[in-house]
Amino acid sequence: MYSKSMEPRIVGTAVPRKEAAAKVTGTAQYVDDVSLPGMLHGVTVRSGHPRALIRHIHFGDGIPWHEFTIVTARDIPGRNIVTLIFDDQPFLADGEINHPEEPVLLLAHENKDMVRRARQHVFIDYDPLPAIFDIDEALQAKTIIWGEDNVFKRYCIEKGDVDAVWSQADFIVEGEYSTEAQEQLYIEPQGMLATWDPETGITVRGSMQCPFYVQKALMPLFNLPAEKVRVIQQETGGAFGGKEEYPSMIAGHAALLAWKSGRPVKMIYDREEDMAATTKRHPSRTRHRTAVSRDGRLLAMDIEFIIDGGAYATLSSVVLSRGTIHAAGPYRCDNIRVRSTAVATNTPPHGAFRGFGAPQSLFAIERHMNKVARTLGLTPEEFRRRNFLRQGDSTATGQLIKQPLDLARLQQRALQLAGYADKLERFSRLNREGTRKKGIGFSTFMHGAGFTGSGERHLQSVVHLEARADGTVCVLSSMTEMGQGTNTILAQIAAEALGTSYEQVQVLRPDTAQVPNSGPTVASRTAMVIGRLVQSAALSLKEKLLQAALLQPGYTPEQFQSACREYICSIGPLKTSAQYEEPPGVHWDDEKYRGEAYGAFSWAVHVAEVTVDTVTGEIQLDDFVALQEVGRVLNPVLARGQIEGGVAQAIGYALYEKVVWRDGGMANNQMTNYIMPTAMDLPPIRVYFEEIPYEHGAMGAKGIGELPMDGPAPAILNAVENALGISFCHIPLLPEDVLSELSVAREAALDLAGSVV
Amino acid sequence: MRSFVPDYELVVAARLNDALDMLAEGWRPIAGGTDLMVLFNAGKLPYRKLVSIRRVKELSSIEESETEISIGAAVTYTHIRQHPVLRQEFPLLCSAASWTGSIANQNRGTLGGNIINASPAADSSPVLLVYDAELELISLRGTRRIPYCDFHLGYKKMQIRDDELLRSIHLPRKTENRRSYIRKVGPRQAQAISKVCFAATARLRGSAIDEVRIAAGSVAPVPLRCHATESVLRGQSISPDLIETAANAIAAEVQPITDIRSTRDYRRAVTANLLKQFLQTLA
Ligand SMILES: Cc1cc2nc3c(=O)[nH]c(=O)nc-3n(C[C@H](O)[C@H](O)[C@H](O)COP(=O)(O)OP(=O)(O)OC[C@H]3O[C@@H](n4cnc5c(N)ncnc54)[C@H](O)[C@@H]3O)c2cc1C
Repeated sequence: MYSKSMEPRIVGTAVPRKEAAAKVTGTAQYVDDVSLPGMLHGVTVRSGHPRALIRHIHFGDGIPWHEFTIVTARDIPGRNIVTLIFDDQPFLADGEINHPEEPVLLLAHENKDMVRRARQHVFIDYDPLPAIFDIDEALQAKTIIWGEDNVFKRYCIEKGDVDAVWSQADFIVEGEYSTEAQEQLYIEPQGMLATWDPETGITVRGSMQCPFYVQKALMPLFNLPAEKVRVIQQETGGAFGGKEEYPSMIAGHAALLAWKSGRPVKMIYDREEDMAATTKRHPSRTRHRTAVSRDGRLLAMDIEFIIDGGAYATLSSVVLSRGTIHAAGPYRCDNIRVRSTAVATNTPPHGAFRGFGAPQSLFAIERHMNKVARTLGLTPEEFRRRNFLRQGDSTATGQLIKQPLDLARLQQRALQLAGYADKLERFSRLNREGTRKKGIGFSTFMHGAGFTGSGERHLQSVVHLEARADGTVCVLSSMTEMGQGTNTILAQIAAEALGTSYEQVQVLRPDTAQVPNSGPTVASRTAMVIGRLVQSAALSLKEKLLQAALLQPGYTPEQFQSACREYICSIGPLKTSAQYEEPPGVHWDDEKYRGEAYGAFSWAVHVAEVTVDTVTGEIQLDDFVALQEVGRVLNPVLARGQIEGGVAQAIGYALYEKVVWRDGGMANNQMTNYIMPTAMDLPPIRVYFEEIPYEHGAMGAKGIGELPMDGPAPAILNAVENALGISFCHIPLLPEDVLSELSVAREAALDLAGSVV
Repeated sequence: MRSFVPDYELVVAARLNDALDMLAEGWRPIAGGTDLMVLFNAGKLPYRKLVSIRRVKELSSIEESETEISIGAAVTYTHIRQHPVLRQEFPLLCSAASWTGSIANQNRGTLGGNIINASPAADSSPVLLVYDAELELISLRGTRRIPYCDFHLGYKKMQIRDDELLRSIHLPRKTENRRSYIRKVGPRQAQAISKVCFAATARLRGSAIDEVRIAAGSVAPVPLRCHATESVLRGQSISPDLIETAANAIAAEVQPITDIRSTRDYRRAVTANLLKQFLQTLA
């Protein structure tokens, strides 16, 4: 473990990214940069119907069909199921379709243009079935599209006895909040290249987060053992959760075409297909019923949280779980009930996206806390201050907060950095006239790092470290670099723990034939959980050199490198590994949903300043302060980048990005019409950290990647409420919504004036 | 990219007459391609034979005479933004050019392309309407001039024949003493298709509105010159009542629709609000 006496040399400094030079010089190899001799290009023919039975598939005239490789469900050699949590989603529709982007048939041809043209000449006749498109329709269950009741999963967290409290409450405050789908919009669309060889089996390479998920999905598809399914990650241009589970689908498709044709097959989605067909953030609806005392204490919180999972279960149960656990926010309350449900609709499945359920339920609680404060006549900061979780308190699941935690101080510092008090006062004066109204608002929140509950224990992640004859050391894990900085921080941790230089540590790109399974690159777990394993493996490697008397304490990086060389020459391979061990005192009950939900939480306070133009309803962000406690910051530039990027993405979530649905499909699947903010739309994002090292994290680090996605949306809507005095409870909040509420408010004011006169 | 490349032919014309010859044979013009290539990428470009007019000198210059400025149809937004006389006398056109797409779009996109693409949301159209622009069309048969306000007949329907090129856009130099106003309301600060774009000019005599021109885009099937609203204002002095009446008039005059980009009610309300904002600057 990192101790104060050993000043870190590398961790905590802004070393350059490992893959930066390759990316900026254009030598980095993304999957579409790779071509193999004899390669075919594959495309997917999709259903185009939300729900129907396939009657007949026919192939139009004018296309030389004999030149094409064609795959349908009937060709599949193994199981036609994308292995994940529930076994419900087929690789190719077999008779029945459940959303408009469902893959029905695959085509491959040498000529990329030909195969795209051919796709338009496949005609599918359907018998339509009734379809459902939103949470209400799913719950009404008039039409059942999944299981017995359209429900993928339910959870219930119970702490204390909510129902015993209502009668004693001074106030009961209710609210309903909802959020919509959001597209990940990584820069590189999804793509895979597959080869088949009767001897060695299937090899796929491509853009992905989780190579072992892809391997696990392909094995049953082909009835092949693990050693005959090799998955290699190519350079990956962003993912945000969108490449957690969908790559299994496209890898399966490319592999089926390769297997049938006997030739390498590449499938690359264009932006339109990627936006329409791949997963998005789950839409949600949250209802709060909160009991408070006159002096501003939370007595009971009753929360109903529902997410729309789309046509297949995919990761909905896990997204629901995280949203459920975060639903009560960073507040202490003895009586909490959270009931949650993930439902099915006939849209493409929703999936993982940075924050994974937490941005949805935290949006609700952070808007609701302002409502409760207003009801009580307290300021939002004072009401929160009276109810923050502190060290020694327990969360909704009964998890004891063991780490030092002072959210009141964090809140105070963030508000000071933002000039909150001054601005409140100044804006209320300014807003008396003119058409541009200014407002300031904030949110306080947390994000649990790592897999939920017993997840990390089940994963049993492993990491290897291996020294090379030239004295360099290589980190072998399945953690993928997708732009977030995995390679850099793992190398920093290894170099720091080994006592060698950063340049002398390499991180191998994940290839299931070469790296151990360290689990998926998701859930803000890389730095905290895997980084920690790298650190232990490094310490054992160093120990070997010390024990072989090839090193003396106080050695230099050069001495370390020559010790490695000598060890390999005279003793043999120098390789160590580390496997995850649960920190002591962690208990989780999956049935009752009680216990230690996460190894650690990161905490944050975000403050947003806005101007609302009442002429157009446009909302402009003028300033943004993001203060967070994330344990030790491993690399200040990367950490800041994670926060800035997350805040920007969350600003899009709050104010710009709206998926327009038509019969279950995305109608605005172009970047012209799905509005992601540009650099010109973003405010200065001022990033600050508090560093309280976490003893079980790598060199004290906790998770950071998802946290900044959670807080900006409610902070921004709280600021809009401050500016206009109108409480909005739905995101995205578009100028159309603002203008229409303003006119309602104006008419109400006129009515009132009229009735007074 | 969803088009089949071998289906298409592209020829770069060196001279105006070569381009006109080819149009007469059924080829279609392509200038910056910033509209056509979007269709091409989506697999929706109907024309198979394209003649590029980007190298045709006669179409790429801005000429000044005593009475008018003539902008070649293939002049880019970047060129417009930098032109000293346009900046001085036709600032609204430079503003509209400055917020069209992005810098990259402005380097390629042309004023002629914007007009002939005939999107009701085109950012230059309201400006050309309030500046009383005239279009000059040319074919092998000769040239003709049409006032821009008569050019758009219906959604994507225009007074131009298949063998004609838009040659230039003429702006009469009589903008002196006019107050002007322009605003684009789009979904974001750049790379944005207007939900409403609005331009207006007025000349006051004393406190009365002597002359007024108002136009808006994205509020009707064609770029709309708001004659009815203008007539409510002409000759009147600015007062809160007049502003209210004019706002109601324009709300009635526009015919917006709801689509994937915005709503009818929003477009109508914003147009009225922008008009009010403009009129308040005159008060
Ligand atoms: C990312 C992006 C952002 C954009 N943002 C905006 C925006 O903010 N505001 C806006 O108004 N537009 C915008 N556009 C649309 C486009 O850039 C403009 O309409 C531009 O002016 C088109 O000019 P062009 O030269 O590229 O036209 P082209 O694509 O070359 O042609 C467009 C049409 O005009 C015809 N044509 C071109 N020149 C002539 C001529 N001289 N005579 C007869 N016919 C001709 C062509 O045949 C074609 O039908 C955007 C486009 C993109 C791709």
